[in-house]
Amino acid sequence: MALIGELVVQGVQMTLVLLLAPLLTGIVRTLKSRAIGKAGPPPLQPYRELLRLIRKEPVVAEGASWLFRAAPYLIFAGIWVAAALVPTFASGLLFSWSADLIAIVALLGSARFFLALAGLDVGTSFGGIGSSREMMIASLAEPATIMIVFTIALIVGSTQLSSISAYTASEEIGLRVSLALSLVALLMVAIAENGRIPIDNPATHLELTMVHEAMVLEYSGRHLALIELAASLKLVLYVSLIACIFVPWGMAPPGAGLGAYAVGLASYLGKLLAGGVVLALFEMSIAKMRVFRYAEFLGAALMLGLLGTLLAFVSRSL
Amino acid sequence: MPLTVALYGVLGLAIVAVAGAVTQRGALGRPLVYGLSAAISATLLAAGLDALLGALAPETATLPLGLPWLGARFRLDALSALFLAVVNLGALAASLYAVGYGRHEHEPARVLPFYPAFLAGMNLVVLAADAFTFLLSWETMSLASWALVMAHHREEGNARAGYVYLVMASFGTLALLLAFGLLAGAEGGYAFDGIRNVEHAPAVKALVLILVLVGAGSKAGLVPLHAWLPLAHPAAPSHVSALMSGVMTKVAVYGFVRIVFDLLGPPVWWWSVVVLLLGGVTAVLGLLYALMERDLKRLLAYSTVENVGIVFIGLGLALAFRANKLDWAAALALTAALFHVLNHTLFKSLLFFGAGAVLAATGQRNMERLGGLIHRMPKTALAFLVGAAAISALPPLNGFVSEWLTFQAVLVSPQLPQWGLKFLVPAVGAMLALSAALAATCFVRAFGIAFLGRPRSPEAAGATETDRWSLGAMFAFAALCVLAGVLPGHVIDALSPAVVSLAGARMPVQAEVPWWSIVPIAESRSSYNGLLVFAFSAISGLLAAALIRGFATRRFRRAPAWDCGFPDPRPETQYTADSFAQPIRRVFGTHVFAARERVDMPAPGDTRPGRFRARVHDLVWDRVYAPVAKAVEYGARRLNPLQALTIRRYLSLVFFSLILMLAVLAIWR
Repeated sequence: MALIGELVVQGVQMTLVLLLAPLLTGIVRTLKSRAIGKAGPPPLQPYRELLRLIRKEPVVAEGASWLFRAAPYLIFAGIWVAAALVPTFASGLLFSWSADLIAIVALLGSARFFLALAGLDVGTSFGGIGSSREMMIASLAEPATIMIVFTIALIVGSTQLSSISAYTASEEIGLRVSLALSLVALLMVAIAENGRIPIDNPATHLELTMVHEAMVLEYSGRHLALIELAASLKLVLYVSLIACIFVPWGMAPPGAGLGAYAVGLASYLGKLLAGGVVLALFEMSIAKMRVFRYAEFLGAALMLGLLGTLLAFVSRSL
Repeated sequence: MPLTVALYGVLGLAIVAVAGAVTQRGALGRPLVYGLSAAISATLLAAGLDALLGALAPETATLPLGLPWLGARFRLDALSALFLAVVNLGALAASLYAVGYGRHEHEPARVLPFYPAFLAGMNLVVLAADAFTFLLSWETMSLASWALVMAHHREEGNARAGYVYLVMASFGTLALLLAFGLLAGAEGGYAFDGIRNVEHAPAVKALVLILVLVGAGSKAGLVPLHAWLPLAHPAAPSHVSALMSGVMTKVAVYGFVRIVFDLLGPPVWWWSVVVLLLGGVTAVLGLLYALMERDLKRLLAYSTVENVGIVFIGLGLALAFRANKLDWAAALALTAALFHVLNHTLFKSLLFFGAGAVLAATGQRNMERLGGLIHRMPKTALAFLVGAAAISALPPLNGFVSEWLTFQAVLVSPQLPQWGLKFLVPAVGAMLALSAALAATCFVRAFGIAFLGRPRSPEAAGATETDRWSLGAMFAFAALCVLAGVLPGHVIDALSPAVVSLAGARMPVQAEVPWWSIVPIAESRSSYNGLLVFAFSAISGLLAAALIRGFATRRFRRAPAWDCGFPDPRPETQYTADSFAQPIRRVFGTHVFAARERVDMPAPGDTRPGRFRARVHDLVWDRVYAPVAKAVEYGARRLNPLQALTIRRYLSLVFFSLILMLAVLAIWR
């Protein structure tokens, strides 16, 4: 019985993150526009865009290989699986033990690997510029993430997300300097990984400043739809990840009743909304950086992560 | 029994080497030498696996060879069996690959006799059980591989590569010779059993550690002793490059493990500091070098340096845990290191096979002259892609598993009591994470520039798919990369006899973990399941494909590239390997390589072309090797006049040296 319950929760979560992903992107867009005095698109606009893209016939560049057409599915699969393994409204996921936090980070790395290759496949200069910059950002952001994982794992004693959220939700955690440092670092990494301002501008169409958009420039139709959906999923994943690690309250424990699940769902939606609002406000209040200042931004995240790990190494109570 | 088989196998390889020297002129030589090498390697692989998986008791044999009063001792224990299996796994694939690839050899006489000798040397190193046999086998391995490096000695740069390799190899063997001399002590107990049973003084042990780090480390490619590796490995024919990078560095790791973990007795905690530091620096620097490299095979060789760094990080952690009697943690770290040894043999051989296929098809190693090969060599491209993904530590492939295990070993290290380690281990963990992320960048660059995009040269445009033997070897290793990544628990269990023999403990039996997950330590709540991650990714990808294709149109249309409305058909407008590495060069290169960029932009109205120059220095070469070379040259020039003296002067020189020596002896007594 418990098995079926967990299976259902797992299935619900996989569908839930997929359905919510465009909404979060839409909310952030709408809020940003409102905050700077524009009317902006309605929050549901991303769904319409996805449907329109899926229906359209994709145009594939001459000279694109099979990898170009396979990559969207690989990218989407990698990010979807990663998103399905982060506890959102309930912590009792059937398959959460199959991949821990390190594996989730690495799954996102797999998706990025294929995205960067897809950017190089057609052999255009914009694709190359996007891939090259994305990999530079990743080569700093990924170690920073691993350092954050180390800090949390050292405090909790596990790299398993369900154990981590259960531990933070319990009383024994208290306030810790190392956790605060890793929270800041994780926020910085999340901004960089999702290509938000100040690292990348998701709304830009000024070619020389693009990173993510430059890589996917050649995509259209259903391929583009999958990549856009994967990008939205990644945003949901990061908000869920931060919520799961740092504010796990409200999450339904394994084997809870329907009421607990309802509470979990409501609190998760609230967390997502709060994340979206914070992101929109942050993005509108800051300017985009020059490309070669990314290293300072991400280097700072890496150093914060390392400092957190050092503290966690040196003392169990910091 | 397996030891007897192994020794007969080595004898067989020696005979094949002679046969190779005899039959070189006929057309029969290539299939004969490589076919027999493959058959013998398969036998030896079976013997190694039998001894390892059967958990047989260590087997010893003494042959009446070598020094008259000593004989040649051989021993096959779990560690030897593991490395015997790894060596012959790589040798089997390389031999099969070479059956096809060897056709491209212009002077087979320079390769055929030395190839089996090289294999025999490596096999003997892992079987040897006394210092004399070990060093002799080590030198056979070095010299045979040197001869293979010099096979294409007329190509530019290869003679220098061979020279540097020879100097470094002799230097390394000298260090090992001194290490064994110290271990043997005044009684001259050269047999490993004798060395094991003697308690050595702490100073001797420390000195031996340093000497082994120099001797085995230089063969494995530890920074700053790596300088020969990216010169020599790519200079050899590609199947030999694969062996040197994928297998010979592993034999060097074996030498280190055998001496430091087995012969030297219980470690002291500060040893691990040295090993960890060297490993971390090697891992990061190796990749940064690789990212600056345009030559596909040299890029792979630098990436070997990185992977050796990762192995040594695992070994360093194991030393730290063992020094503090945390055997279960030492078992975890050692398993991670040995798992990575196996993984690196698989994917680096595969990648060198791919690079060799590209080289044979296009005659190019320079990535700036490649491109678009995925259309012309689709199968090679697929195999290379699997290797690139595996070496970038992407789940669910095998590279990720060994990295995950190493990270888990880092995570149990707060239990170490020493403050130095408490600060060092997180920093080394950061270096490991950095090198993993840089590896992905490096291999996106390698695959993306060489195989994707449009051809950058007529040779790349006219490439054709490689032969079936080569493809067979590549796909076999690609399949093993997937298999070891999807079923890591079975590999860990197979490694456990070797781990037990060194660490005194083993990781939890992984076959008992439900669903074939792997867990790092028994009471841990962390786990990873490659099979499920693979299945989930496959299912969700296929589900997405099925849904979208069912819901929308299946068709697609071809059109010129969009490229923001300015598509330019000339291949020169693509991103190059250098431009891809530019962000990394700016972020890391300014300090590590003293990289400088100069832009010379003509003033408006001026019609001369603009120029961009980027210069990168190899600081290790400039600061370490160049001064040594200069000093040697200076000394040589000073001593040169001594070669042209009169007989009278020579006699007086001899006389005075004699007096001096007698005086020293007199004072010494």
